[in-house]
Amino acid sequence: MNPIDTTEAAARADTFEAAREYRPPVLDCDSVSIFYDDFLAVHDVNFGCGDNEITALIGPSGCGKSTVLRSFNRMNDLIEGARVEGTISYHGEDIYHSDVDAIEVRRRIGMVFQKPNPFPKSIYDNIAYGPRVNGFKVDSMDDLVEEALTKAALWDEVKDKLKQSAFGLSGGQQQRLCIARTIAVRPEVILMDEPCSALDPIATLRIEDLMHELRSDYTIVIVTHNMQQAARVADKTAFFTAEAHEVTGDRTGVLVEFGDTAQIFESPVDKRTEDYISGRFG
Amino acid sequence: MRTVQGTIERTIRGRAKGGETSASSIAFLVVLWLSIVFALVFLAVLIVTTIIDGWNRLDSRLFTEYPASNPEDAGARPAILGSLWVIGTTAFMTIPLGVAAAIHLEEFADRNNWFNRFIEVNVQNLAAIPAVIYGMLTLAALGLFGVTNKNMVWVGALALSMLILPVVIIATRESLRAVPEEIRQGSLAVGATPLQTVLRNTLPGAVPGIATGSILALSRALGEAAPLLLLGGLVFLSFDPNGLMSGYTTMPIQIFNWTGRPQEGFHELAAAASVLLLVMLLAMNALAIAIRNRYQQRW
Ligand SMILES: Nc1ncnc2c1ncn2[C@@H]1O[C@H](COP(=O)(O)OP(=O)(O)OP(=O)(O)O)[C@@H](O)[C@H]1O
Ligand SMILES: [Mg+2]
Repeated sequence: MNPIDTTEAAARADTFEAAREYRPPVLDCDSVSIFYDDFLAVHDVNFGCGDNEITALIGPSGCGKSTVLRSFNRMNDLIEGARVEGTISYHGEDIYHSDVDAIEVRRRIGMVFQKPNPFPKSIYDNIAYGPRVNGFKVDSMDDLVEEALTKAALWDEVKDKLKQSAFGLSGGQQQRLCIARTIAVRPEVILMDEPCSALDPIATLRIEDLMHELRSDYTIVIVTHNMQQAARVADKTAFFTAEAHEVTGDRTGVLVEFGDTAQIFESPVDKRTEDYISGRFG
Repeated sequence: MRTVQGTIERTIRGRAKGGETSASSIAFLVVLWLSIVFALVFLAVLIVTTIIDGWNRLDSRLFTEYPASNPEDAGARPAILGSLWVIGTTAFMTIPLGVAAAIHLEEFADRNNWFNRFIEVNVQNLAAIPAVIYGMLTLAALGLFGVTNKNMVWVGALALSMLILPVVIIATRESLRAVPEEIRQGSLAVGATPLQTVLRNTLPGAVPGIATGSILALSRALGEAAPLLLLGGLVFLSFDPNGLMSGYTTMPIQIFNWTGRPQEGFHELAAAASVLLLVMLLAMNALAIAIRNRYQQRW
């Protein structure tokens, strides 16, 4: 990119939308294939997740959405035999490079799981856990806890019972607690693997509202089975599907189409996307 | 009368697994009940006769007097203190070691490595070895290191530690395994190291189970006489055990010794000491159950 481009860009950056086009992706997959031992789970995935965008990964069961998501913060390292080929870069840096510390990757790229998984501790300690293990030097842990809970839209509901066990919260509250816990370590990216699948519709809407609020501060990648949810929350959508290998018959996930959510849902380019979106498949 | 009979019959039939109503299955059920009744009656008779035998000696002398040649003047003071010393030392030696070993096996060791699998199988096997073998093992080890004075608190504790170490390891591993994988993942996902995850999250979640298992293991050690007898624990003590190097006797040894004496008075004393030991064991088990019920984590 030469200097003239940049000035041009600045000139065009009057609108927020235009400015966004010039931001490099925060997370970028370049020819990513992921294996479990010899099993090729996902093949040749290329796409990027932009700054302050919500990217949804959709597709039928077993197409490798969780696998891709877990590879973004190296949670795959915990699965024996899991292996990533190609490059996943975070701000241009290969997160699987041998110099990179997986712990640091996970602090910067947080994760919220399908089933709410609060720690068997008080609400306060659930939030303070991340900052503590990361050795954050904070003036006031209380403030940090309040900030994280406020951002996760949970503060008002729990401010009077911070010392009580997190297990006493409802499922939806627990999931927001897990989001607050992730926020507390000040990540830049938040990965969510079907964060609402264990919740009722009202709790689901609250989490979706929350995602909209968090969008201005974080890059969010969400896996969802709920097409309406993807359409409601996501800026970009990546549609995956699983295809049987001609020889081995292994079902390998591939990225079929990636683009603006509106485009994917209204005018999909690929026939397979169209079939899936319109409910003819999956 | 007929309704009573009907009720009994329904109860029997209802209880039979899968609604079995054939004569043979009901007969089998009755045999099972009789087995339980037999065991309970046997236990009750044992406890009641022991209490009756020892009733006259269940007084303060049991706690204040030292062993003597005249049963009237004898008490179990050094044995009680000795038991406390030995069990306390055993707990101190076993629990940290057992918990650490369990953490390694459960959280860090590569499960596919043949050596780790070998260790796992052997920990299970060790838990089933008769106690007296551990006494012999300790004896042999002491001989190897040239320790001649075997009647020391730490030596007895060492033998009992080896005896219950496998039990503590197994109990700890089971409580660690009960902590769901999601908790570990949640911890790692906020940037905790695996060690931080174990120490700050998994282990605290497993503490109630570890405490329960350890107390039960220690109560087994408390009632154990065989390994300590091998280690020369059978002595007349006229002083209070007061340290790790101190000579000692324990309650089971004292009871064993008194039961072997010809005088009737010593038999009474043995019964009284047995009742006391029983109460201590029951108290420990009750504590274990209380901890389990109070702090058990329902995931
Ligand atoms: N830990 C694992 N070990 C081996 N194979 C795995 C593992 N996890 C997933 N797979 C395989 O990888 C493929 C992709 O699985 P993945 O869980 O990523 O799918 P998914 O798109 O998230 O499905 P779902 O929508 O059901 O959650 C599947 O064929 C699955 O069997
Ligand atoms: Mg999944």
